[in-house]
Parts: sequence; structure tokens; C-alpha cells
Amino acid sequence: MNAQPRLRELVLDGLSRSFGKQIALSALDLKIEGGEFIALLGPSGCGKSTALNCIAGLIEPTSGAILLDGRSLERTPSERRGFGVVFQSYALFQHMTVRANIAFGLRMRRLPKERVAARVEQALALVQLGGLADRYPSQLSGGQQQRVAIARAIVIEPPLVLMDEPLSNLDAKLRLEMRTEIRRLHRELGLTTIYVTHDQEEAFSLADRLVVLREGVAQQIGAPNEIYYRPTNPYVADFVGFRNAVAMTLERRDGYVGVARGHGLRASGRVSGVGSSGPVTLAIRPDDLVVGGAGENAFEITVDAVEFRGRSFVVEGVTDAGQRLRGTSAAAVPIGDTVTLRAPSDRVLLFGGAG
Amino acid sequence: MRRRLAAHGIDRVLLLLLPAVAFVVVIFLYPFGYGLVLSFQPERYVGALGNYQQFFADPFLRDTIAITLGLAVPASLFNVIASVPIAYRMRGAFRGKRLLIAMLVMPVTLGTVLIAKGLLTLLGARGWVNRALLELGLVEDPVRFVNNYWGVLLTLVITGFPFAFLLTLSYLGGIDPMLERAAATLGAGPRQRFWRITFPLLLPGLAITFILTFVLAFAVFPSAVLVGEPAGETRVISIVAYRAAYEQFDASMASAIAMIMGAVQLAVVAVVLGVRGRLYRGPSGGGKG
Repeated sequence: MNAQPRLRELVLDGLSRSFGKQIALSALDLKIEGGEFIALLGPSGCGKSTALNCIAGLIEPTSGAILLDGRSLERTPSERRGFGVVFQSYALFQHMTVRANIAFGLRMRRLPKERVAARVEQALALVQLGGLADRYPSQLSGGQQQRVAIARAIVIEPPLVLMDEPLSNLDAKLRLEMRTEIRRLHRELGLTTIYVTHDQEEAFSLADRLVVLREGVAQQIGAPNEIYYRPTNPYVADFVGFRNAVAMTLERRDGYVGVARGHGLRASGRVSGVGSSGPVTLAIRPDDLVVGGAGENAFEITVDAVEFRGRSFVVEGVTDAGQRLRGTSAAAVPIGDTVTLRAPSDRVLLFGGAG
Repeated sequence: MRRRLAAHGIDRVLLLLLPAVAFVVVIFLYPFGYGLVLSFQPERYVGALGNYQQFFADPFLRDTIAITLGLAVPASLFNVIASVPIAYRMRGAFRGKRLLIAMLVMPVTLGTVLIAKGLLTLLGARGWVNRALLELGLVEDPVRFVNNYWGVLLTLVITGFPFAFLLTLSYLGGIDPMLERAAATLGAGPRQRFWRITFPLLLPGLAITFILTFVLAFAVFPSAVLVGEPAGETRVISIVAYRAAYEQFDASMASAIAMIMGAVQLAVVAVVLGVRGRLYRGPSGGGKG
């Protein structure tokens, strides 16, 4: 198996799919380069699996095109696309041994027996399943079944690997292990991977680029740190943990920075998606809103809930005007106390449009 | 003590089983035991095995096993084989599926006698088809479509197919459609997906389907008389059992024939289950995959 990507680029051009009147995926544009690890991220029903199934050829898009190195896949059935797919349920063939499961794709390609055997051995070693080759899938644990599913998908040396929530049936510890494993295989084999998940942490830790989807519409496409620190709309902000959201009005704007007021609060932060004035949504991560300090972006709350989080405490309370805010404290705060929460301006986001 | 029994699933709830147990004993076990004992007390022949010796000595009786197998095996095979492609096409949802299933299953509700009557009206010596053929001058004498082997085989197909179809459909429904999709992504075309994935997984179910339709067909009686040739080609084993019991009033011989019938059925069931065990070595059950 060589470590060069086996595809130059995969382009999704306005990929859409409806089921009856329901739009599952709406005009997804995405250009994936060889060797990239792309995660489609969103809650269930956001269209991420629909997108994956369209690329795999398991469902037909209603409109739009999928171009593999410039060639449309419209008339190419699933069995001739040659993409490796790892399913959430693993979809292992119960009547075949692990070895036969992994060999299936190669046998469909009519490879000579010796080559099939050699490559299956190689794949078994790659996912560390050497000793279990003659077992049946039902005799394996969830994690082992998952490894078989991955081996079966990559042994055919696919130009593109598609993974549909592959880790969601595993327990937490195994999930971490397999995550590392998937990343390792991706790098070592020079794979190009599209990975569907609802798990933010998984997406952030695995992917080179993320596509955040909501109700079939791509909300933001970008590198993990971009999406984490610079969400471009209130939905993505909320999704990546900006749990404080306050409707405000932008009063002044100076380049990227602006000042907004609302609900008895005054905030300054990074502005996007709005002119020099108008309604905006204030978004701050609880981690960035820390107890103590004064000055800009300092909000006074009466604490009504404190939650221990290991290294710190999550403090929740309401302002005089009745706005609920969540912040972080290094020490425990008695319930009923009044404290000031403060966030640095570069961690405060102001989005145009009411979120 | 009570708690320890309860830990093994033995508690008063188990008493609810009593009616069912009593039912099985009264309706099944007692008559079976009675018949078995009776079959070893011949009325006309000598020795405990007299009835059995007579059955296998007399070709008129002995040949009924082959005759009945000759009807039941092809009919069940046909029913199972025909139901696979139809059920396979009918996986998944489509408009009018329920209506189509209802139509395919309808013959079950008709009863053998009604089907026999229908066949005679359509294909009998004075049936519509023969009358049409005679009128058109295509034949000189009525063609013998029924009142022979083929008439009985046809009724066995008409009555047995719905069973086989329904069972096959439900066995197919138990196979995860993701498996064929996975096979497709691995490069398997439609034929390969069926033969390498779905069919092997369906095979154990098909064996059970074959057994059930076979057992039904092996007990064929009314149609063998009505649309068959009960004295010759379709002298099935239940006919000779009936004659022994109600024409010769030899309940002992009739019991012996019934026992032989049961033994032959069991033998076929054992063979099929044995073949099934050989063909399908993987552990059964769906599991998570």
C-alpha cells in the first residue's frame, strides 16, 4: 500500500437530496483534496449521512453533481465507484469469517488468490487482528468488529474512504483508542477520508477540515480551530460551545471590533455578518467568562447554580435585567452571592442577525 | 428455598403453563402413544411387528411412500424456489405491496376442496379449457390435465406456495439490507450481492420453509382423491391409512401406517436439517452487524 493519495480532488457541486417534500441535503458545495480528512458534523437529521450515502452511490442525489478528478459519478453505480465505506452498524457479513469478510472486496475484483491472501494478511496486521482471522463476526467484540469493518474498507485501496459514525457503538475508552487508530491509518496509507459524526470532539480531533451541517444546509466549512474560535453564525457558535447568547443592538463598529448593548449589558467584541449597526447576537463561551475583574465586558450576576467540573466550577446566574449567563470560576462560589464575570474582548463574538 | 427456585426461573408464574401442558398431553401425546401401542397389536397379522412387516411386504402399501414423496418433494421444492425471487423483488416498501401480498396469500383461505373443484371446472374432462380446445378442433378427445399426478401437484403448489412465500418474505425481512449495500461498495454487482450475501443468509430459513411445506404436502389427502388418480398414480400414504381405518376397520394397521408416515417425514426433516447444518457453518443470529 503506497502512501500517496489515490485521488486528486473530489468536488461536490450543489449536492442536494430530498425525501418527498423534506429536504435532507441542500446544495452542498465542497472541494476535497487528496489526502484530506474531512468531517461532516451535525446533530442527527442534519443531512450528514445523506451526503455520505450520495457520495457512496447508495442513494441518488436529487440534483447537483459529484466529480471525482473532474469526472462525474452520476452514472457510476456504487459497485464501480470503489470507495471504501465503514458503516455505523459495521454491516459485517455474518456468514463469513473475518478473513472472508476482508477478502470480499478483493475477490469481487478477481485478484489472484495469492495476492488476495497477502493483502488480507497485511490488512489484518494493520488493524491488529491477526489472531482472529478465522472467527465469525458474532464471536468478536464491538471494537474488533469495528476493526474488521475498517480493514474490509481499506484493503481495496480505495481512493476515498467514507465513514458513517463508525465509533458511535463503542464505549468511551475504545472510542478514544479507535480514533487514534483511524487517524494513524489515514496518515500511513495516504487515505482521503470523509467522516460523518455528531461528536464534536471526534470531529475536531480527527479532521483537517470540518463541515458543520444543520437541517441539510452547510453552516460553516473550515479548519477545526477556525470553527472553534471563529464560528461565523450563531448556530455554529452555540454548537461549538458558545453557550451564552444574548440578543443585542450594535451601536458602533470599528473594523472587526464593535460595541453592542441590550438586556442591560454592554459588550465589545469581534463583529461579523452585519454593517455598522443593527441587531446582533452576543456569544461567549462559559470557559472565557471568568469570575473576577472589572472594566470592559464585565457582567454582574447573582449566582443560582454552581457545578463542579474537576479543574474548575461552572457558575450560573442572572443579571439584574434577568439575563442568564454561565461562567467559570477557579474556586467554589456560594449560591446567592453576587459576582462579576468578565471575558476578554477577543473572545466575545457579535453576530449579525438575531440568532 | 423459594427464593433459590425463583433464581432459576421457577416460581408460581410457571403454573400458568399447566393448561398448555395439559392440552399438549391430551391432544397430542396421548393419541400418539395410543396409536403407537395400537400399531404393535395387529388385528390380522402375526407378531408385534406384523402390521409393519405387512406394509413393507405388500407393494400396494409399500409403494405409497415413494408416490407420496414423489408428490411432496417436487411440490415443496418448487414452492420454495419460486417464492425466493418473488419475495426478493418484494423487499422494501412500494405502492400496492399489501394488496399484492394479499393476492398471493389468498389461496391459503380457500381450502383444498374448493381448489380441487376449481381445477376440475377449469381443467377437467368437461372443463372450460377442454371444451374450448374441442370447439376449436385442436384436439379430438379431452386432454387429461387433472385426475392424475399433475392435478395433485398443482393443488399442492396452489396451497403450499402462499406458506412458502410468506415465510420466505419474513426470513428475507430479517436480513439487514445494509449488508447488500456494504457488498455493493466493495464492488459486488446485483447478482453477486444476491448469491454471495443474501442467499447464504437466507438458506437456513429456506430449509425451514421447505420442511414446513413438505410436511403439509406429505399429508395430502383430499386433492389426491378429488383431482388425482387415487387408485394409481396418486395413491398417497394417507389414502391407504384412511382405507385401513374406515374401509377395512383395521385401526391397528391404520395406526402403523400413520407411524410410518411420521417416520418418513421425520427422516426427510432430519436430512434437510443435516444439509442445512453443513451448508451454514457460521453462528446463526444477526448480532450487531
